[in-house]
Amino acid sequence: MDLQIALLLGQDGIVNGAVYALLALALVLVFAVTRVIFIPQGEYVAFGALTLAALQAGRAPGTLWLLAGLGIAVAVIDFAIMVRSGHRRRLPHVLFWNLLYPAFVAALVLFAEPQQWPLLLQVLLALGVVVPLGPMVYRLAYQPLAEASVLVLLIVSVAVHLTLVGLGLLFFGAEGSRTTPFSEASFEVMGMTVNGQSLWVLGASAVLIVVLYVFFERTLYGKALRATAINRNGARLMGISTTMAGKLSFLLAAAIGAFSGILIAPITTVYYDTGFLIGLKGFVGAIVGGLASYPVAAAGAVLVGLLESFSSFWASAFKEVIVFTLIIPVLVWRSLTTRHVEEEE
Amino acid sequence: MLARGLQLAVLGLLVAGPAILAEFHITLLNYIGLYALVALGLVLLTGVGGLTSFGQAAFVGVGAYTTAWLTTATELPGWLAFFGASPWLTLFAGLAVTAAIALVLGLLTLRLSGHYLPLGTIAWGISLYFLFGNVEFLGGHTGITGIPALPLFGLELKDPRHYYYLIWAVLLAAVWLTQNLLDSREGRAIRALKGGTVMAEAMGVDTARSKIVIFLIAALFACVSGWLYAHLQRFVNPTPFGLHIGIEYLFMAVIGGAAHVWGALVGAGLITILKQWLQDLLPQLFGASGNFEVIVFGLLMIFVLHRARDGIWPLVARFLPADDGRRRVPEAEPIERRARGEGVLLEVVDAVKKFGGLVANDRMSLTVKAGEIMALIGPNGAGKSTMFNLISGVSPPTSGEVRFLGERIDGRASREIARRGMSRTFQHVRLLPTMTVLENVAIGAHVRGRRGVVAAALHLERDEEARLLAEAARQIERVGLAEHMFDQAGSLALGKQRIVEIARALASDPCLLLLDEPAAGLRYLEKQALAEMLRRLRAEGMGILLVEHDMDFVMGLADRVVVMEFGKKIAAGLPEEVQRDPAVIEAYLGGVD
Repeated sequence: MDLQIALLLGQDGIVNGAVYALLALALVLVFAVTRVIFIPQGEYVAFGALTLAALQAGRAPGTLWLLAGLGIAVAVIDFAIMVRSGHRRRLPHVLFWNLLYPAFVAALVLFAEPQQWPLLLQVLLALGVVVPLGPMVYRLAYQPLAEASVLVLLIVSVAVHLTLVGLGLLFFGAEGSRTTPFSEASFEVMGMTVNGQSLWVLGASAVLIVVLYVFFERTLYGKALRATAINRNGARLMGISTTMAGKLSFLLAAAIGAFSGILIAPITTVYYDTGFLIGLKGFVGAIVGGLASYPVAAAGAVLVGLLESFSSFWASAFKEVIVFTLIIPVLVWRSLTTRHVEEEE
Repeated sequence: MLARGLQLAVLGLLVAGPAILAEFHITLLNYIGLYALVALGLVLLTGVGGLTSFGQAAFVGVGAYTTAWLTTATELPGWLAFFGASPWLTLFAGLAVTAAIALVLGLLTLRLSGHYLPLGTIAWGISLYFLFGNVEFLGGHTGITGIPALPLFGLELKDPRHYYYLIWAVLLAAVWLTQNLLDSREGRAIRALKGGTVMAEAMGVDTARSKIVIFLIAALFACVSGWLYAHLQRFVNPTPFGLHIGIEYLFMAVIGGAAHVWGALVGAGLITILKQWLQDLLPQLFGASGNFEVIVFGLLMIFVLHRARDGIWPLVARFLPADDGRRRVPEAEPIERRARGEGVLLEVVDAVKKFGGLVANDRMSLTVKAGEIMALIGPNGAGKSTMFNLISGVSPPTSGEVRFLGERIDGRASREIARRGMSRTFQHVRLLPTMTVLENVAIGAHVRGRRGVVAAALHLERDEEARLLAEAARQIERVGLAEHMFDQAGSLALGKQRIVEIARALASDPCLLLLDEPAAGLRYLEKQALAEMLRRLRAEGMGILLVEHDMDFVMGLADRVVVMEFGKKIAAGLPEEVQRDPAVIEAYLGGVD
């Protein structure tokens, strides 16, 4: 290997690592707030990318029907609960987000010819389709079990993941897609070609991380999420709705996932099940941070990206084996440094 | 009787199966048996022990690939060549490899909190899948073909109808072993894992070992299933050992009813048949090919977890006749008791416990002698329970010394202290609510048995088990709860649950008993009975350290009293002296300015 190749692999690793870092942040966020280990994170990556690809190809993405279906399910359940309990104050809110909003998005997709739109608007529309799936999935699958053990929530996560992967196959078929890049530009840096999309990925990841930081440090909702993460009951006594916190964290996770998918779709071909492995690599990063520390998780994710790209050079067939075996030394290190007193959940 | 009859009828149907069923159904039953074997391991691991693995399919793969490689490779290295002689030998090779992998993984992840094990198994499941697919001598993604059929008594098991008997015999043997194990001293330790390791450790159970044991058993069951699979299919490739199949195994256990051995069979049967049916139906329905059944499985799983967390088996079991044989009060010879301690049993010297900046116990000292009741009293938050945890090893002191029977025990694990003859109850009752009172109390007798997992699985320890249960029954009678012996512990009133805790502590034959608020929640007559029992224990030479808020109870019972406030000892002496002490009066009633 010469310097040229090392730089190329390093660039590749850092770009992938940036995406893994975003996902790792979302995973840490969701786990801290809801104790859910969010295995379906990867499906939002795939849904984001494939929805954009479908819009650009002039097809109606299947995720649109999922949005409508889940919206109706949420509306029916919430309506039934409201009728039974007599609290109807939130009815307009529920109806708007679960019925009207999906109808509006569907109208845009079906009649406003989004394949003619500029890229930025297409991206926003794709996000508009995929992101609300986050809180809807939380409402349907997780909220009824919000007080269950981490283990039960993990099993639910795996079930949701399977369902969404199956639906992804149904919606988008087994063929992969690519989308048009954000930028066709490429630059020569130190004799190495850097393409514009890579810079987009890095830049957008950095901006998103800063935005998340500001959100958690400076805004009331961000602080509410942090409070819930530290102490659910305490937060509830202070008037923070843990249901709201759960939905909000799933909204953020879905947004981060879908946006990550949109960022990488021009660089790699995305298939309906691509997200799973990408999400799991974010996971390895998150576990490096003990599912608790944001900066360590992000650093761990970049490490995963680098390890992946260098091992694809030396032993490409064993790329995945190497990346997922990394978790073993990490667990060794964790088990040696954590003095864990097991208490019941 | 009815239960036995039903069992025989089902067994009869199983034996007659190949004679009456079509080839297709036999094949289906073969696969159900193979899957149920893996799911059975998960029942033990997840439903009973509260741990989870998504990587069981990888262990199945280890079993299958080990035998596939050893029985087909043309040039085995010399030291392995002898395995080539018979496929039966390769089973042991597979079990050894599986055990080694499971041990390493278990030691790594089981020390961490609950969710690291499943995450670790996800990663490991994926790694192994890609490894199977990329290693050349394992045939890459095309796999290994030409695996020989199993020879049995000179017969080659090529016909699925013959293989059927082997699979179901192995499965029923595994069910029998598992049931035996759960119905034993080791089994109670395993069942205690889910309810909290603090209590189990305080009763002398090595919970880390119990966790490794069930992880190992689950992995070995999976490995046997893989070995059977390889010789049934006669070829292997990586697909059936991927992560998604590992997830499917977990679904089988959870949907069938993860807390019951028969749940594994129900789950495996249901998922296998459903999968067969959906794989035909859904692609037609959607007009495309693919594994669409996962959508239904995922939704089914979410629904089961929302609506019937315990799975299907408990719903089925309700219609089955109950087995009444278990309500007999066990009788057996008593177990020999440990030597009574004499003189000073417990000596705490300058014990300090800090939580960050908070000093919960500040240079506390006290002694407990054999044949006396020492009471530790003080206002709420004085640090009494912290003191208990520090003495019993639940959380070690920051500094200072704790001596028990003349030996330093501070810093030792609570299970080691329990084995030396100290037993305790908890302020917040820690019973296993779904187990009977008898079984709960028998956990206390854990330290008095020695027979291990293998003996338990084969039921070779029945004499010891009978004596342990008889001992538990005696302690239950002693504390006056004989009528509740076979009730679920969680169904008792809180006051009675505290008494069950005392019986559990007594079952370990302690020479020092630590009681944390035993009289709370008791009625007047019950308190008198409790006091009477403690007096009897004192007369037998037992030392008792008591935390209690009921002053009438304490002052009428205790030989000596230590008073704590804000983590410090403010008074000590005879009950009458302490009651007159101005510092104590100020602590309880406030000062007079």
